[in-house]
Amino acid sequence: MEYEILGLPAWYYIAMVAKVLVVFVWVLLTVAYATYAERKIIGHMQVRLGPMRTGWHGLLQPIADGLKLFFKEEIIPAEASTFAFLVAPLIALVPAFISFAVIPFGTTITVMGCKIPLQIAAYADKSGGVIDVNVGVLYILALSSLGVYGIVLAGWSSNSKYSLLGGLRASAQMISYELAAGLALITVFMVSGTLSLQQIVADQAGFGWYAWRNPFLFGAFIIFFICSLAEINRTPFDLPEAETELVSGFCTEYSSMKYAMFFMAEYANMITVCAITVTLFLGGWHGPFTDAFPLLSPLYFIAKVYSLIFLCMWIRATYPRYRYDQLMGLGWKFFLPITLVLIVGNGLWISVIGAGNWLGSLFA
Amino acid sequence: MPEILFFSLVAGVAIISSILVVAMRNPINCALSLIMSFFCMATLYVMLDAPFMAATQVIVYAGAIMVLIVFVIMLLNMRTETSKNYVHGVLVGCIVAVLTLFVISGFLTKSPLTGATGSMTPELITKVGHTELIGRAMFSQFLLPFEITSILLLVAIVGSVILAKRKL
Repeated sequence: MEYEILGLPAWYYIAMVAKVLVVFVWVLLTVAYATYAERKIIGHMQVRLGPMRTGWHGLLQPIADGLKLFFKEEIIPAEASTFAFLVAPLIALVPAFISFAVIPFGTTITVMGCKIPLQIAAYADKSGGVIDVNVGVLYILALSSLGVYGIVLAGWSSNSKYSLLGGLRASAQMISYELAAGLALITVFMVSGTLSLQQIVADQAGFGWYAWRNPFLFGAFIIFFICSLAEINRTPFDLPEAETELVSGFCTEYSSMKYAMFFMAEYANMITVCAITVTLFLGGWHGPFTDAFPLLSPLYFIAKVYSLIFLCMWIRATYPRYRYDQLMGLGWKFFLPITLVLIVGNGLWISVIGAGNWLGSLFA
Repeated sequence: MPEILFFSLVAGVAIISSILVVAMRNPINCALSLIMSFFCMATLYVMLDAPFMAATQVIVYAGAIMVLIVFVIMLLNMRTETSKNYVHGVLVGCIVAVLTLFVISGFLTKSPLTGATGSMTPELITKVGHTELIGRAMFSQFLLPFEITSILLLVAIVGSVILAKRKL
């Protein structure tokens, strides 16, 4: 029964491929329907209907959009540097998708006697313990820092002033806000004592979500989410593609599928950021009754991620865009010092009160 | 066996992209190739059971330093090299490379290494975790060098601000 390939049982590989397929199909579907949801939600918030014509309440709109973009003419500007112009959308898209490899989207489930942790880059060893990438968070940070290149190259290689300005803005913004976001994450590591996402989620069991472990962690949660919005160029920080000033920013010269790739990368980044925030601050897949019904855990995870995505869209419908110097001032003069204060405060709280789940112990 | 195949693939890509760094005409494409070779290095670190090194390699080199280099290339708006091939450096370069190869192979064959292991064994690293071991060593055993380095960096930052923003 137990076939072994390269020292690991055969079902390990089957489970791995299955997890990869499920996660990627889920991300792709969410990307497609996030565009629809965004139009619908913003439409209703502005007291109009949003897309209604294609399918029931416009439900086939993403497919129609995809087909339209797919059949559009592909244009490469004559003065563009072709190689960089062609690879830029790929560089933007790939990191956005492969960040999902380390995010645990559910508890460990048992299928036909085989323990399968619901996280792509993890497996259960012979004794039943779950092993995952022990630098999971750093992996995500590394990939998000690679995503900058897609935008920078797109802006530069198009050989258009709007694109170049958009690309420069995007990269300056991403680098500045990466700093504050990374520092906000330090507060999480101070409590968790590990970089492994599997253990970070395990530590938040029993409603001991990091977001309300102490006031400083709550502050870190808010700042991390805002900085992430800035890093993925969402409203109110969508200056790189500010239509009023820059036509469409770094993707002005792009058309057809390459434009669609930037669009997908943007939405995939939004999903990734929401998933990371859920994993680090909002208890990951934890929720009531996951011990008895392990299959509930992915549903909790998805519900939390979708709530945060809704929040992103709500913010987009509500807030106007920042001015560029205000954006930089906010990042460097406000968020950066505040995260430093949060780190010190968190350290004091841990040494005086402790890193434990004191709120949960009040109710227990 | 599959590890060796994977290693050859990664090493091959690393070598090809390193050659492209000097062979490409367009500076941006050179920078891209350099990023690719850094990424291959990170993959090799992962294969050596050093995931923390891999992550820092990508974050620091590919994510920060190369962004700066790409920025400078973009802002100076350097275009494709149009002048003739530079050939006078090739011969010297070849000689230096061959000599280095000899020195390295000499070291590898007649090395003074005894094969004795220190306290950091692979078992310890997999058990405790690479990040934690580095953190403990850096903030206890090597605290003074760490602090000196951070002061040095601070001085460099202040100095660059003063030099660049004279008029402020």
